Amino acid sequence: MIDAVRDVTGTTALWLLVTLPAAVGALLCLGGRGAERGAAPVAVATTAIGAVLAVDVAILRPAVSAPFVAGAPFGLAVDTLSAITVCLVVGVTLLVLVFSTGAIASERARFHGLMLLFLAAVVVTASATTLPALLLGWEVMGATSYALIGFSWRDRQRVAGGATAFLTTRAADLGLYAAAAAAVAGASGMALDRLPAASGAWLHVAAAGVLVAALGKAAQLPFSFWLSRAMEGPSPVSALLHSAAMVAMGGYLLLRVGPLLEASGWAAPAAAWIGALTALLLGAVALAQRDLKQLLAASTSAQLGFVVLAAGVSALTGGTAHLVAHAATKALLFLAAGAWLGALGTKALPALSGVARRWPVVGVAATVGALALAGVAPLSLWATKDAVLVVALEHSAALYVVGLAATALAAAYAGKILVVVWRSSAEAEEPLDTEEAGTRRVHRVQQAPLVVLAAGAAVLGVLALPPVVELLAHALGQPPPPTGGPWELGGSAVLALVVLGLVRWAMRARPAPFHPAPPRAATRWATSWLGLEAATHAVVVRPALALSQWLARLDDRVLDRAVTGVARGALAVGRGAARVDVGGVDAAVERLAGGVRRLGGYVRRLQTGELHHYYLGAVAVLAACVVLLVLVR
Amino acid sequence: MLSIVVFLPLAAAVVLAAARGLPDAVARWAWVAVAAVDLALVGVVWAGYRTPPPGALAWSEQVPWIPGVNSSYHVGVDGLSLPLVALTAVVFLACAVYALREERRPRAQAALFLFLQTTCLGLFVAADLILFFLFFDLSIVAMYFVIGGWGHGDPARSALKFFLYTFLGSLALLAGFIGLYVAASPHTFDMVALAAAPPLTGAPVGGGLVLAAVLVGLAVKTPTVPFHTWLPPAHTDAPAVGSAVLAGVLLKMGTYGFVRIAMPMLPAAWRAWAWVIVVVGVVSVLYGAFVALGQTDLKRMIAYTSVNHMGYVVLGVGAAGLVAGADAATRQVAVTGAVTQMVAHGLITGALFLLVGVLRDRAGTYDMASFGGLARPAPRFATLFAVAAFASLGLPGFVGFVAEFQVFVGTIAAVPAAALALPGILVTAALFLRALQSVFTGPAEATTEGFGDLRRVEVWSVAPLLGLALLFGVLPRPLLDVIEPAAQAVTSMVGR
Repeated sequence: MIDAVRDVTGTTALWLLVTLPAAVGALLCLGGRGAERGAAPVAVATTAIGAVLAVDVAILRPAVSAPFVAGAPFGLAVDTLSAITVCLVVGVTLLVLVFSTGAIASERARFHGLMLLFLAAVVVTASATTLPALLLGWEVMGATSYALIGFSWRDRQRVAGGATAFLTTRAADLGLYAAAAAAVAGASGMALDRLPAASGAWLHVAAAGVLVAALGKAAQLPFSFWLSRAMEGPSPVSALLHSAAMVAMGGYLLLRVGPLLEASGWAAPAAAWIGALTALLLGAVALAQRDLKQLLAASTSAQLGFVVLAAGVSALTGGTAHLVAHAATKALLFLAAGAWLGALGTKALPALSGVARRWPVVGVAATVGALALAGVAPLSLWATKDAVLVVALEHSAALYVVGLAATALAAAYAGKILVVVWRSSAEAEEPLDTEEAGTRRVHRVQQAPLVVLAAGAAVLGVLALPPVVELLAHALGQPPPPTGGPWELGGSAVLALVVLGLVRWAMRARPAPFHPAPPRAATRWATSWLGLEAATHAVVVRPALALSQWLARLDDRVLDRAVTGVARGALAVGRGAARVDVGGVDAAVERLAGGVRRLGGYVRRLQTGELHHYYLGAVAVLAACVVLLVLVR
Repeated sequence: MLSIVVFLPLAAAVVLAAARGLPDAVARWAWVAVAAVDLALVGVVWAGYRTPPPGALAWSEQVPWIPGVNSSYHVGVDGLSLPLVALTAVVFLACAVYALREERRPRAQAALFLFLQTTCLGLFVAADLILFFLFFDLSIVAMYFVIGGWGHGDPARSALKFFLYTFLGSLALLAGFIGLYVAASPHTFDMVALAAAPPLTGAPVGGGLVLAAVLVGLAVKTPTVPFHTWLPPAHTDAPAVGSAVLAGVLLKMGTYGFVRIAMPMLPAAWRAWAWVIVVVGVVSVLYGAFVALGQTDLKRMIAYTSVNHMGYVVLGVGAAGLVAGADAATRQVAVTGAVTQMVAHGLITGALFLLVGVLRDRAGTYDMASFGGLARPAPRFATLFAVAAFASLGLPGFVGFVAEFQVFVGTIAAVPAAALALPGILVTAALFLRALQSVFTGPAEATTEGFGDLRRVEVWSVAPLLGLALLFGVLPRPLLDVIEPAAQAVTSMVGR
C-alpha cells in the first residue's frame, strides 16, 4: 500500500519535473509582452518547485514508460547517476536564474521561457532509458541552446554562433539515429541498457553512433569549436549550458552507456584517448586565449575530456564526481565572468586587471573556483580528476601521463585568470566597455549564487574521497574504486602549486604577457582553437554550399530545361503535324475534290437537253458494249 | 456518412457559385463554416472508426456505377486514408480562415476551394480505380484555376506547366490502371478486390510494366527527382492558400497512391523493383535538401524542402519491399513512418506556406536578401515561423520527428546504405537556420519598416496546424494507433 502510494507520487513527480518547466517555459515564450513583468519570478518559482521535485525523484527513484513508436516506448527512470545529474542540473539552473534576475534586463519572458524549456529537455535527457526519449531531450536541448546563444538576435553574428553550435552538434546527433536503426536491426531493442546485446556488426554501429553523438555534445575533438562560437550567448546561458547541462550531458551519456562501449571492444579505448587528448589540447587552447569566456569554454572542453576519459576506462564513480564538481566550478566562473562583463563591459583578460579587488565577494568566489580548476588541494577538482587518473593509470601509463600534462595545463590557465584578476587595476592593458556599456555595479542578487557555487567548488571533492566515495560507488552499483595513494594525490597537488607559481613568475617577469612579440605558429594554432572551425568550413561547409548552388543551377538549367525542351519538342512535332496536315493530307483531299469537280464539269457538258445528242450517245455506248462483248468472248 | 463528408463541400461550392449577388463577407464566412462542419463530420468518422480487418475498409459504401467494366462507387477508410482525410479537412479549414482577408473574388475562390476539397477527400476515400482517377484529374483541374486565377508572378505559365506535367502523369497512371484491369480475373477496377487477389504476380515483365506506369504517374505527383520541376514555379506563383493545399494535400495523392495502389496490388513487382524506389528516395532526400539550400527565394526553398520530405516517404515505402533485408516488424516501422510523414508534412509545410504568404502580402517579394531584422516589427510572425522551421527540420517534439525517426530506423535496418540519406536532416537544419537568420535577425532592411505583424486570422490559421504538429509529436499514439494496423496490413501484402 505504502509502496503503491510512493510509486504514484514518484512517477507523478517525475512527469511533473518534465512537464512543469516545459509548459511554463512554452507559455513564457509565447506570452509576448504581457509575460514580461512576471517572467523572472515565475521562472525562479518554477525551478524552485522543480528542485523539490528533483529531490523527490532522487529519493523515490521512479520509472515511467509511455508508448511512443512501435517497439520503442518513451521511457524515463531515475537511478543514482540520473538522480545526481538531475539534482545538479536543477540546482545550477535555479542559481543561474536567480543570477539572471539581476543580469537580464530586456526580453525576460523569452529568456526565462527558453531556459525552462532547456531545463525540461535536460531532465528528459538525464533520465531517458530509451533512445527515442533520449533523442527527444537531446535535440530539444540543442534547439533551445541555439535560441539561447542567439538570444540577442539583432546581432547576426550571435545568431550565427547559435547556428554553428546547433549544426555541429546535430551533425554528431546523426549517430543516435544510426544507433536507433542498429538497435532495431541488431534486435537489441531501444532501451539504452540493452544496446550491448545488439548482434554482429550492429553492435559496433550502435557504439559508434552513441560515441559520436556524445563527443559532439561534450565538445570533444574534433567538434570542440562549436563551444567557442557558443560564447556569443549571454553569460548566464554559458553558465548553465556550458557547465552543468548541454556539454555535461555528452559526458553523462558516455558514463551511462559504459557497458556498450566496453562490449564493442574498441569504443572504450577510443573514448579514453579522445577524452585525454581533448583535455590536453584544449587545455593548451585555453592557455592561449585572451578572452575570459573563450578561456573558460576551452577549459570546459578540456575538463569534460576527463569525464570522457573516465567513461572510457570504466571509472564511473570518478567520472560522476568530476562531472558534478566541474559543473559547480565552471558555472561559478562563467557567472563571475558575466558579472564582470555586465559591470565593466568587457571580458578581455587584459582589461580585467584587479576586478577581484573591486568586487571582493565575486573576486573571492571566483578565486575559489579558479583554484579548484587549477587542481589545488583540497578543493574539489583536485580529488575528482585524480580519481579518474588513478583508474586510467591501471589501463595505460601513457593515458595517465597525458592526463597529468592536461592537469598541469589546467593549473596554468587557472593561474592566468588568478594573476590578472588580483593584480593592480593600474596594470590593465585595454580599455573597458569595448563590448557593451558596463553598469559598474554587481547586483547583490548576482553575488549570492556565486557564494553557493563557490562552496560547492570547494567541498564537492569529498565525492571522490573516502568515505563518501565508497558510498557513491555503492549507490552507482560499482565496486569500491581505487583511490590514489599519497604519491598520486600529493604529487598532483604539488604539481598544481608549482605550475601556479611558475605562471605567477612568468607573468610578473613579462609586463605585457598578452602582447608577446610576434605570436608563434603554435600559439596562433592554439588561439584559433586548433583551426577546427576553419577546417570544418573548408572541408564541409564550403563544399556543401558550392554543391547546393551547383545543384540548384543544374536543376534550373538542365532538368527543368529538359522538361521544357520536351514540351517544346512536342509543340514542334505538333506544328510539323499541322503542316503535314494542311500541306499534305488536307491538300490531297482538296486536290481530289478539285478533280471530282472538274470531272463533274466535263460530264455536265454532255447534258445538252437535245434529244438527238442522247440518241447518238446511246448508240455510241451500245456500240462500245458490243465491241467489249466480242473482245471478251 | 463518408459521402456526406466528401460531397458537402461540393454542394456548398455549387450554391456559392450560383449565388451571384452574395456579399463577399458572407461568401468568406460561408467557406469557413462549411469547412468547419466538414471537419466536425470527419471528427465523427474518426470517433466511430474501428480498425477494419486487414484488406477491408471501415465506413464503406458501395453503389453500382459502371457495371460494364466492374466499376462501382465504392468508398471507405482505413488507417492509411483516415489520417489523410482528417489532414485534408484541417488544412482546408486553415486556408478558409487565412482567406478571410482575401480581396480578389472571394466568392469564386471559396467555391473553387470547396470543389477542390471534394476532389481531395474523394480521392482519399475512393476504393475504385476509376473513382480514384476521376478525383485525381479533377484536383489537377481545380488547382490549375487556383494558380491561374489567384496567382502572381507568371501564373498562367506556372499553372499550365503544373497542369500539363501532372496531367501527363495521370495519363501514365491511367495506363497502369487499365493494365491492372485487364490483368485481373475477373476484370475489375475495385481496389479492395485487386488488393485481395493481386494480378500479374507470376508475370515479371507485365507486372514491371504496369508498376512502371503507375510509379511514373505517382512520382510526378509526389514529386520525386527527376519529375519535380513543375513544383517550384507552381508554388512560387500560387497564392498562399493554394500553395498550402498543393503542398499539404495534393502532394499526398502521389505518396498515398504508393501505399494504396502500387504496394498491395503489385506486390511481386514492388519487391523486384524496391531497390530502385529506395535509390530514388535517397536521391530525392539529398537532392531536394541541397537544391533547397541553394535557393535565394524563400518560397522556392520551402518548395524544394517538399522534395526532400517526400523523399523520406518514398524511402520508407521502398524499404517495405526489401523483404530479404529485414523482418516484417522492421519494414512495418518504415511504412508507419512514411504514412506519418505524409501527415507531418501536410501540417508543417502547410503552415510554412501560409506564413511565407505574409512576406509577399506585406513586401511584395520572397527574396530572402530583401529582408532583415523582421523579428522587431513582427515578433508573432518570427515566433511562428521559427516554430514551423524547427518542426520542419525534424525537431523531436513535433510530428515530423516521429515520422522521420521511424523511416530512418526501419529503412536503415532493412538496407544499411540508406544511412546515406541521414545528412538530409542536417542540410535541412542548415537551410532553415540560414533562412531564419537572414529574414528575421540582423539589421533592418528597406522592407522592415512598417512591416505589419501577423493579423488575427493569420495567427488563427497557422497556429492550429503547428499545435497539431506539436500534439502528435509529443503524444503520437492516437495517430499511430490508427496507422500501425494499416501499415502492418500493407507490409504483409507486399510480402505475399
